[in-house]
Formats: sequence, structure tokens, C-alpha cells
Amino acid sequence: MAQTAGSTVAEILGADPQALLDSWLQAQLSAPTARTDLITESELRQQSGEFLNLLRNAARGGSLDVQAPEWSQVRELLARVSRGRALQGFSPSETATFVLSLKQPLFARLRSGLAGDPERLMDAVWSATTLLDGLALYTTELFQQSREDVIYRQQQELLELSTPVVKLWEGVVAVPLIGTLDSARTQVVMENLLQRIVETGASMAIIDITGVPTVDTLVAQHLIKTVAAARLMGAECIISGIRPQIAQTIVHLGVELHGASTKATLADAIAMALRVTGWKVVRAEKR
Amino acid sequence: MERIPILKMGRFLLVTIQVDMHDQLALALQDDLTSQIARTGARGVLIDISSLEIVDSFIGRVLANIASMSRILDAETVVVGMQPAVAITLVELGLSLPGVRTALNVERGMELLHASLRAAELEEYDGGGEEDDAFGGHDGLS
Repeated sequence: MAQTAGSTVAEILGADPQALLDSWLQAQLSAPTARTDLITESELRQQSGEFLNLLRNAARGGSLDVQAPEWSQVRELLARVSRGRALQGFSPSETATFVLSLKQPLFARLRSGLAGDPERLMDAVWSATTLLDGLALYTTELFQQSREDVIYRQQQELLELSTPVVKLWEGVVAVPLIGTLDSARTQVVMENLLQRIVETGASMAIIDITGVPTVDTLVAQHLIKTVAAARLMGAECIISGIRPQIAQTIVHLGVELHGASTKATLADAIAMALRVTGWKVVRAEKR
Repeated sequence: MERIPILKMGRFLLVTIQVDMHDQLALALQDDLTSQIARTGARGVLIDISSLEIVDSFIGRVLANIASMSRILDAETVVVGMQPAVAITLVELGLSLPGVRTALNVERGMELLHASLRAAELEEYDGGGEEDDAFGGHDGLS
């Protein structure tokens, strides 16, 4: 049954492709989700024409299962379209409408072609709906995936950018932390810090949290872990840049930053680190 | 049976772990080290674990135990040269070895031992007076 309904759909798609393309384009352009500001009509026409061609070829195979191998070209085109639209700034529904708007012209053709045979008409409409829904869902999935790829890439870049370990002085390294600390970042910070401690032979490490907006129990726990790991390597840690509100939060949460000295500012921490490592800073002349 | 050598250097004992630690070996080290401290009257123990690449919770606990035992026998323990991966593993296992002193390498560890020995001796001779040694001021670690 599905076989014959499938071939009906293929037949309808094959008859007068130019007219179908025109009515589809019109449906796309008149839809409220049309984004003529992001895509030109000629580009849209080119995409739509290519899609119809591939759709026709694939439907001619008889199977209407979008995961079947004969649909691979259609899937590839949709992947390209939805990826492009995700980057251009289309919304998911606007992207899905590209496929879904084909329903109206297609159904109109089915209706006029099969006017005398309601049973076949229903079957054909059903298989066409299933087909287009499947393709639209596939488009949305890919759309989401490309957005997630973008987010993932940005996260990675942020991760690389945001955890520098700087050598302040002979035997003193510092990590200025900026942004919220989560487990993944703590891991990177910890690894970088420990690696630098080994490389520079530092005995003091300053963790500056001026740029950390909030400290909750989880962040505090991450800090404690980092301090403990650095201590195991033989380096003492100072946590600096603790703002008054953060000091209050830490006490209210009942968190204990044991094992680490704490300083209000990075300057205090540097002074302490120099003192502990045996350096003395004096002003050359009085002003 | 395989054993980890314990070297005597002046008033300190030096242990370098050059092989992968397994449980038996760790327990044997614990036995040997405590009896050596008792026999030689050593005042400090330096354990170099820079070649140790894999630790588990058991080895971590044995290290902590060795430190506690040496302290009871009046010898300070310093663990030196821990690899970053080992440090992270121990912290993730919840073993931050609170009673163990640490240093980056053998040289630093020796300095630490000398300093604390000097401090302890001065304290003994001065009748327990306050001592201003280089590490005393920030020694929340020991």
C-alpha cells in the first residue's frame, strides 16, 4: 500500500516541476517566517530547485523512508542548508519551514490529481506528510547540532583563553581566574598550574579570584582541591582577590579554605609570596 | 623479596621509590622504615616519589601512615617530587595527606628537613622558646 502511495507522490512530484517550484517559492516567500533579510530570492530559488530535483529522484526509488540509502543526497543537501541557516541566524522553526512549506503546494496538486479517488488521495497525503515531517525533523536536528557545535567550539576557546599561569617572580607563579569555575575549568586550571609549578620550580602559587563573580560551595571545593594538589607537589598556595561580599558568602556557607593563606588583594599576596621566598623589596630612594 | 632501599644521610633517611609500588612493597617499606628510624635515631625522612606515576588509595594511605609513624618516632617526613597527575589523583581520591610535608625536589626537601631540625634543636636547647625560622611563620601545613 505504502509502495503505491509512494509512487503516487513520486508521480505528482515529477509532473510539471517548474510550476511546483514556483508555487512552493511563493508559499515560502509569503509565509510569516520568510527571512528575505537573510537570504535572497535567487538563492532560495536555487536551493528549492535543487531540493525538488533530489526529492524527485529519491522518491522515484519507491521508498519513502528518509533514512534509506537512496535518500542520502537529499539528506546531504538538507544538512548543508540547515548548517548554513544556523550560521546565518535563522531560528529553528524558520529552518524547518523550508521543508514544511512544501506541503501546501504538494497537497493542492494531490487533491487536483486524485479528485475522483478519495481513498488513494488520503493514502498519498498521509505518505507525503510522513515524508516531509521526517525531512523537517531531520533539518531541525541538524540545525540544533550545528548550533551545539558552535557552542562547543566557543567553550573550548574560552577554556584555552581563560586559564593562563603566569610567572611573577623567581619561584612564584600566579593564576588569575576570570569567570565562573566549573569542574572542567578547575581541571584545566589545576593541570596547568601543577605543570607550571614543575617547569618553573615555583614554591609559591597565587590563585587570584578577583574575576570570579560568585563563590558557592562547589567553587570553594574546587579551590580547595587545587590548593591541596599544589601542596602535594610542594608548593604553598595563596588565594587572593577575595571581595568583602565573597568573604561573607564563604563564612555563611560554612566553607573552610584550610591549607591556603588568603589575602584581600593580589598585591598583598605578592608581598607575602616574596617575603616567604626570602625576597625583600625596598624603594631605591625616597620621594 | 623485592625491597626499596633506605639510605642514611647524616641524621636523615633517604628513600627513593624507583619502581611501581604494589601493596606488598609499600607495607614492606613501612616496616623497614620504622625499624630503621628506631635503630638509627634519624631525625628526618625524605621520600622521593618523582618516578612514581601511578598511585591508588592504598599507597596514598601508606604514605600518610609512614608520616604519622615517623612523627611518633620523632622524625619529620617530607615527600618530594610528586608528579602533577599523582597529585591530582590523590586529591580526587580525597587523600590530601594532611600530616605530610611536601617539597618540589630532593634539594628543597633537604632544606626543609635541615630547617626544621635546626628549629627543633634550638627549641630543645632554649627550653622551648619561640623560634623564628624561615618556614615557621607559614607552616599551617605540617
